[in-house]
Amino acid sequence: MERFVFLTLDGLARGAVYAAFGLALVLIWRGTRVVNFAQGALAVASAYLAYTVTGATGSYWWGLVAALAGGLALGALVELLVMRWAGRAGPLEPVIAALGLVLLIQALLGMVYGNDFHPVDTPFARTALTVRGFDLVSPYDLFVLGAVLTVMLLLAVLFGRTKTGLRMRAAAFAPEVSRLLGVRVGRVLTLGWALAAAVGALAAMLVIPTELGLHPTAMDLVFVSGFTAAVVGGLDSPVGAVVGGLGVGVVLSYVGGYLGSDATPVAVLLLLLTVLLLRPGGLFSTVQARRV
Amino acid sequence: MARVGLRHLTVTIAGASALVGLTYLLDPFRNYQLATAAAYLCATAGLTLLIGLNGQVSLGHGALMATGAYTVALLPSGMLLLSVAAAVLVATLAGAVVGVAAARLRGPYLAGVTLAVTMVVPAVTTMADAVFHGDQGLSVAAPPAPLWVAPERWQAWQAIAAAAVTLFVLANLLRSRFGREWRAVRDDEVAAQLAGIPVARTQVLAFVVSAACAGLGGAMFAVLAQSVSPSTFSLTLSLYLLLAVVVGGLGSLAGAAWGALLLVLLPDAIHSVTDGLPLGPDLAQRLTGNLPLAVFGLTLVLVVLAVPGGLQGLLVRAVRRLR
Repeated sequence: MERFVFLTLDGLARGAVYAAFGLALVLIWRGTRVVNFAQGALAVASAYLAYTVTGATGSYWWGLVAALAGGLALGALVELLVMRWAGRAGPLEPVIAALGLVLLIQALLGMVYGNDFHPVDTPFARTALTVRGFDLVSPYDLFVLGAVLTVMLLLAVLFGRTKTGLRMRAAAFAPEVSRLLGVRVGRVLTLGWALAAAVGALAAMLVIPTELGLHPTAMDLVFVSGFTAAVVGGLDSPVGAVVGGLGVGVVLSYVGGYLGSDATPVAVLLLLLTVLLLRPGGLFSTVQARRV
Repeated sequence: MARVGLRHLTVTIAGASALVGLTYLLDPFRNYQLATAAAYLCATAGLTLLIGLNGQVSLGHGALMATGAYTVALLPSGMLLLSVAAAVLVATLAGAVVGVAAARLRGPYLAGVTLAVTMVVPAVTTMADAVFHGDQGLSVAAPPAPLWVAPERWQAWQAIAAAAVTLFVLANLLRSRFGREWRAVRDDEVAAQLAGIPVARTQVLAFVVSAACAGLGGAMFAVLAQSVSPSTFSLTLSLYLLLAVVVGGLGSLAGAAWGALLLVLLPDAIHSVTDGLPLGPDLAQRLTGNLPLAVFGLTLVLVVLAVPGGLQGLLVRAVRRLR
């Protein structure tokens, strides 16, 4: 029972990361109908930037700031230089271009930092706090949950309460009409990619210390988990991505805790297939996505 | 139809004979490279059919190659032809399972599922450690070459034979009813459905055929390297195959051949450049593994942005201009 409670809480913290990562995928999907397969690689690049900054300043927090800023810049760059031009030929091209970016970014990181795992420190302890002899939850898990919750609230305020958010929603919903009404759709898309990459960078910063460490491919499996989280919401629903992320996190935590960590990739695949076969449009979809 | 089949047969035999002749002009290392390119070609030819003719992106073909390679490694080594056939069969079955599961999926969903399939390979080899020996992998004892032919040349012949069979079968499939149905589904699913083409079944079939090709490619990989390990079949391999078919030219078997050749020759060319540079051992080591990847990634992005038809498209246009 004690282990079950600990695994659940640990899974919720891990799931919060998947939720954030899935949310970033949803942000871009809503705006451009592209699944950003390069998001994991972009996030790892931001995390490496943080590693360098933390190494130079000795402060985790400067590293975190650098990762978020680097994520914003990388996301904007990718939209401006690649994605803006890739979507014209057909639906496959953006996916293929993003995969090319994965190869390029991972190789560049390997050249600069080498292909070894760099262990990364956490700002808070990862040993569980005990309440009346029960291992409950670690301070770091609480930090993760708090950080993801803050980002989600900020995004909700941005999209629900600000003019910029309204423009972003309009541009995603009806780009032609928005352009006629004076929304600079191109700029709004760039902002969307930048925001999504920054959220992805945060997810990488939070999850990498809990795994083997920093490595060019460190986010590959997280990408699949985050993708699964986003698919639970039909790729379209931010709430769905959050719920999906938490669910995926808890399931993977049980699988890792009771069956061993080798089983988690298999569990992710089975989860993804289950969701897609039972509810292809996602658990939260209201419109049918495809009729053929 | 029969005449087309005969022409394909003639072209295949002529091409394979020319390549076999070429093996007598190349040194052992170049012969090994030729063999590797031919093994890649089995897989890229299948993948170009799936992506270029059916419009589905798979990131799981590295994993399907792994099923073929591990089948060859696990079966007794005496009858190579039989174990290669078994490898194709196992990959076909794996492809059918993934294909049926993915039949309702499109573009990004299929790419995501097949990506997850690729991530599973190392996990499965570790979980069934007793069978697959985890990260260490298995060794493959292929029957030795006959005494009258150099081993590398023999390997090249085997791989050329596999690639020739693959290309012959695929070329005929593309000209058949199936090829026309694949193209129809890619271009307009609704119209294809109205014309009486079973869309889902057509797409599963495309996936299964390309999986069988990947299985053959994987089996040849196992025979050439005489070992299999999960690190060979990582996500990078799947991305390599994707790169090869896109840069070669989507949907064209000749493009798949250009791509396979590129996968072998470009890293080699890059190595010979970096070997000439005065670099420290640490930096040289980092560049060796990563520079080809970076060049491949950049090429892929640039081809998508600027050269939609790939190398084959460029060639066709150049030939037309000359006329």
